[in-house]
Amino acid sequence: MKSKRFQVLSERPVNQDGFVAEWPEVGLVAMSGPNDPKPSIRIERGIVVELDGKKREEFDFIDTFIADYAINLEKAEEAMSIDSNEFARMLVDINVPREKIIPLSTAMTPAKLCDVVKDMNVVELMMALQKMRARKTPSNQCHVTNLKDNPVQIAADAAEAALRGFDEQETTVGIVRYAPFNALGLLVGAQTGRGGILTQCSVEEATELEMGMRGLTCYAETVSVYGTEPVFVDGDDTPFSKAFLASAYASRGLKMRFTSGTGSEVQMGYAEGKSMLYLEARCIFVTKGAGSQGLQNGSISCIGVPGGVPSGIRAVLAENLFTTMMDMEVASGNDQTFSHSDIRRTARTLMQMLPGTDFIFSGYSATPNYDNMFAGSNFDAEDFDDYNVLQRDLKVDGGLRPVSEDEVVAIRNKAARAIQVVFEGLGLPAITDQEVEAATYAHGSNDMPDRNVVEDLRAADDMMKRGITGIDIVKALSKGGFDDVAQSVLNMLKQRVSGDYLHTSAIIDKDWKIVSAVNDLNDYQGPGTGYRMSDARWEEIKAIPRAIRPEDVN
Amino acid sequence: MTINEKLIREVIEEVLKDFNMEGKTEAIPVTQTARQAVIPSSSKGLEIIESGSAAIGTRKDEVVIAVAAAFGVHQTKTIVGLPHTEVLREIIAGIEEEGISARLIRVYHTSDVGFVAHQAAKFSGSGIGIGIQSKGTTVIHQKDLPPLSNLELFPQAPLLDPETYRSIGKNAAKYAKGESPNPVPTKNDQMARPKYQAIAALLHIKETEHVDRSKKPTALQVKFN
Repeated sequence: MKSKRFQVLSERPVNQDGFVAEWPEVGLVAMSGPNDPKPSIRIERGIVVELDGKKREEFDFIDTFIADYAINLEKAEEAMSIDSNEFARMLVDINVPREKIIPLSTAMTPAKLCDVVKDMNVVELMMALQKMRARKTPSNQCHVTNLKDNPVQIAADAAEAALRGFDEQETTVGIVRYAPFNALGLLVGAQTGRGGILTQCSVEEATELEMGMRGLTCYAETVSVYGTEPVFVDGDDTPFSKAFLASAYASRGLKMRFTSGTGSEVQMGYAEGKSMLYLEARCIFVTKGAGSQGLQNGSISCIGVPGGVPSGIRAVLAENLFTTMMDMEVASGNDQTFSHSDIRRTARTLMQMLPGTDFIFSGYSATPNYDNMFAGSNFDAEDFDDYNVLQRDLKVDGGLRPVSEDEVVAIRNKAARAIQVVFEGLGLPAITDQEVEAATYAHGSNDMPDRNVVEDLRAADDMMKRGITGIDIVKALSKGGFDDVAQSVLNMLKQRVSGDYLHTSAIIDKDWKIVSAVNDLNDYQGPGTGYRMSDARWEEIKAIPRAIRPEDVN
Repeated sequence: MTINEKLIREVIEEVLKDFNMEGKTEAIPVTQTARQAVIPSSSKGLEIIESGSAAIGTRKDEVVIAVAAAFGVHQTKTIVGLPHTEVLREIIAGIEEEGISARLIRVYHTSDVGFVAHQAAKFSGSGIGIGIQSKGTTVIHQKDLPPLSNLELFPQAPLLDPETYRSIGKNAAKYAKGESPNPVPTKNDQMARPKYQAIAALLHIKETEHVDRSKKPTALQVKFN
């Protein structure tokens, strides 16, 4: 006989998820691995001669990079001598402000940070994250992609996503050669939805940089770093080449952040027997050493790996905290399918949503997940109402707002028409009125007519060869009667010159004001301090369209 | 052993139908699940012979297929149990259907599928190569592209079925002929990650254990028995 109880349980969504037992020898362990080094630093004549138990002559290139560029050596001996548990208590203590923590946490070593969090539970980690994130006002980022790489749909979805409150938007491709069109659709759509939204297109690094330099994108995020040397080498990279790339963006006035996350090294087979969190700590230090203002982490595309082992989601929260402790912007994951279970995926997201981060999601799917070309996000377009209700239930600012169908339809239509005139103005394959109509009312690419892919790809290639830049897009928009959108695209190009949005955690608000860790630094020190939503913002969150008003009931 | 494979498959499909599996196997077509059930863990019917260092091709009418270190030897089926025999047979058939010849090599110095595929492209007389990992992840590459770019990438190994592998072969051959084929339709199952990623990590760790950074690609002869 089989137990009917167990039959029912076995059919629950959570049992579709993959779980594996720990295997510490190859690094299949979330945190506090038996082979993780003990924290240490020794400095002689201003040079680090020992780091986390390793002598300088044994350093790999990551150790060298961290030792030479990532640690505030002036305070290192003081910071390293603080008892780890004592420092963990300082992180949680509301009476110790962020400004007292940062000089010490930026003077520690990767193993020391791991030692500090090893005895913290998730509530304590969340309390620390609430205090340590750089920008006072939390925000959110979304993914805008689709299975067909349809640029009209991308524009419409981007406009809607802007209306819903996302301050950053990211696209990628199904077919690499579509990248210029996806970037173009996202830029035009987002600026139609709200001027000042930052957009990016995640593709191969050289292409990504070129599109940024052309003004087809506003920032970059997919500059990946890894915690062991062989994984870096597998990608034909070193910390130095990544630092060089970071400089390339900076020199053109483009916002940029790095990407890393627990599980990537073990996923690629080169974890050297270290825990996922320790290796991620090394990535965070490399990012700091390379001079990046911020980092996207929280396991990201490897979430199934920490998600499959014990305490993995706690480790993911800890890695977000590390990023803030290094005084950098954190775009905190939640951007990849993580579980079949709605219970599990919600619990995972609360870790960042409740304390708030610079970007709670580094990719909430603004499309249904079947269109998400990052292989699906933890929350998607079909969860919009759930998310808005979570904000309302808990009085938490998750960065989104309820919207009406009419305003969504109107903005989608405007974005689709805007990209139509841009395609016409740039001599790209025509966007038909039928496509504009379909994109206006579409939920996903199943609702979109097919385009001639071969013709599109040829035109996208030709567009890059012709040297089309952001200025050509501005001209096409203006000529096509969209002066307001043209002005917004032009304003984004001007940011390259002013450079204000290169500051840590910068976003641009609807009035074209930069909101960053410089003019909006997190000053949390307990109840009544730090970020408190304004009355206007609370009214917005409260006003979900389905709430019955007492005066309407007889 | 002379069991009629078609018959077995039909029987298993019937059984699966009875279990009402069809509706639930969006990620894995039923036929593939059926194969998984009949194929023993060792890859019968595939004989791979290594014959020294691989040479850089001069024939314009070839596509080079590079397999990763453990393929067909230490691992014999993809993450969803599709035998490597079948993967190779379908890709080669797809290439040959287009009148192009297929040549096989094994890449030892990396298990990164982008670099494995790029290596294939660099060894290919046409400049077009295909890279395959043991778990099934596949890339079509061209030698003049940056290594981490590609012509077509099939990152979600659990979704790759025999038909897709055949289409991958066909498209690679068309690129080799200088055509611009419609890319093989991209499949996307957002739930493949939570289901398979941790297992994929295990498989990749086991593949990477066979990487030898100093060993050059070798030529392979393949026999389907």
